[in-house]
Amino acid sequence: MATKIQSDAASALAGLLFDGMTVMAGGFGLCGIPENLILAIRESGVKDLTVVSNNCGVDGFGLGLLLENGQIRKMISSYVGENELFERLYIEGRLEVEFTPQGTLAERIRAGGAGVPAFYTRTGVGTVVAEGKETREFDGETYLMERALKADLSIVKAWKGDAEGNLIYRKTARNFNPMMATAGRVCVAEVESLVPTGALDKDMIHTPGVYVHRILKGPAYEKRIERLTTRSRTEKASA
Amino acid sequence: MPWTRDDMTARAARELKDGFYVNLGIGIPTLVANHIPPGVQVTLQSENGMLGMGPYPFEGEEDPDLVNAGKMTISELDSSSYFNSAESFAMIRGGHIDLSVLGAMQVAANGDLANWMVPGKMVKGMGGAMDLVAGVKRVIVVMEHCEKSGRSKLVRECSLPLTGKGVVDLLITDLGVFEINRGRGAVRLVELAPGVTLEEVRARTEAAFVTDLV
Repeated sequence: MATKIQSDAASALAGLLFDGMTVMAGGFGLCGIPENLILAIRESGVKDLTVVSNNCGVDGFGLGLLLENGQIRKMISSYVGENELFERLYIEGRLEVEFTPQGTLAERIRAGGAGVPAFYTRTGVGTVVAEGKETREFDGETYLMERALKADLSIVKAWKGDAEGNLIYRKTARNFNPMMATAGRVCVAEVESLVPTGALDKDMIHTPGVYVHRILKGPAYEKRIERLTTRSRTEKASA
Repeated sequence: MPWTRDDMTARAARELKDGFYVNLGIGIPTLVANHIPPGVQVTLQSENGMLGMGPYPFEGEEDPDLVNAGKMTISELDSSSYFNSAESFAMIRGGHIDLSVLGAMQVAANGDLANWMVPGKMVKGMGGAMDLVAGVKRVIVVMEHCEKSGRSKLVRECSLPLTGKGVVDLLITDLGVFEINRGRGAVRLVELAPGVTLEEVRARTEAAFVTDLV
C-alpha cells in the first residue's frame, strides 16, 4: 500500500488544489486548526475558495491569512465575530457568507461523511435560516430540512496520528475535526506527533485511518490563544 | 437601584438546580458560574466539546487546546469529558441539557428571541444560539432592560432577525424578572430589582405585561 505519510504540508497538498474548490478546515476559533496546511494553501495561491469552517480565524492568523490574501470567495460558518477584515469584506459585498447554526453545521458535515443527504432539525425554524428550505411536521413539531455538506478537500489537525491515518485529538481541539475528516473527498491530516503504528491505544482512536488519505507531522505549532483568561493562585477557585 | 450585571447573573444562578447540566452563553451569562448557590452541583457544558467545564486555569497553566465557547482558556475537572462538535450538539438538540442562559438584543412577549445580528451593522453569526434555544429544556435570557438609547428591549414583536420563535422561558433584566413561558399566556413581571418601581418598569417596557406586584 502506498504510504500516507508526507514530508511537509506543501507536498501533502500536491495535486489536490484548484481554483473554485471547496475546502473544509477543522478548528474552533484558533483551537485545533491545521496551521501548517493553511499556510501551505496560502503559499499555493489557489483562489475562489469556498471554505467550510466554524470561524474564519483572526486578523493575521489561521484562515484570516487566506482572507487577507484574497483567496476566499465564500465562507460557510456559524460565527465570525473576531475578524475585522472579514467584517469589512462582508459589508462591502466582497465576501459571500452562508451563516449556519453551529450544531446544524456540525451535523451537515457529519451527514456528508456518513452518506446521509439531508436531515430534519428544529434549529432555525421561523428564522432567516429557514428561508427557501423545506419544512415538515413530525409528531406535531415543525422541522427544517438541512442538506449534507461535502468538500473537495478537508484539512484537519490532530494531536497524534500514525501511518495508517488513525488520529487522536486533544481536549477541545477536537471540535469539528473528526466530522470534517469524513466529509472531504480527500482528507489531509496534520499531527503534532506521528507515532509508530501500534503505539496508539486502539480503543481511544477518534478518527479511524480509512478517512485520512495523507498525513504529515507539522514542523511547528504556534497554537495561538485567542483570549487568555487565568486566575491567580491566591484567588479562590470559581467556575 | 437597578441590578448590576453581577446581580442579574446571581439571580439567574438561583434558577440552577442540583444535578443540572447547564450551557452558559458567551458574554454576561458566563458570569452565572460565579454565583452557583452552595449545595447545588451543576455540570457546565461548553458547546465546542466539553462537559464539566472548570474555572480559568492558574497563571502559567493555560492550555491552547482547552478553551470554552468564548475562546477563553479554561481548566478541566476530574469529572470532565471531551467530544466532537456533532456530539456536543446532539446533546443540545436532543434535549439532554437542562438549562441555558443566553444574552439578547430583543425578547418579545411571544417568547421570540433575537440575539445574533443587526442588519446593515455587524453580523457576527449565531454560533450555537439557534441550536441551544431549539433543544435545551429551559431558556433564560439575561439582558439590560433597555438599549443605550433608552429603547425597550422587551418588545411587542422583535424587529431584529430571530434566533428562535417562542423559545424564552424566563427573562432577567436590570429592572426585574419576567416569566415569558415561551409566549404561552401573558408576560408576567414576578420580581422587581430593589428600589425599582412598577411605574418605572411600565414606562420603560414596550411589551404588555401583567403582574401581582404593587
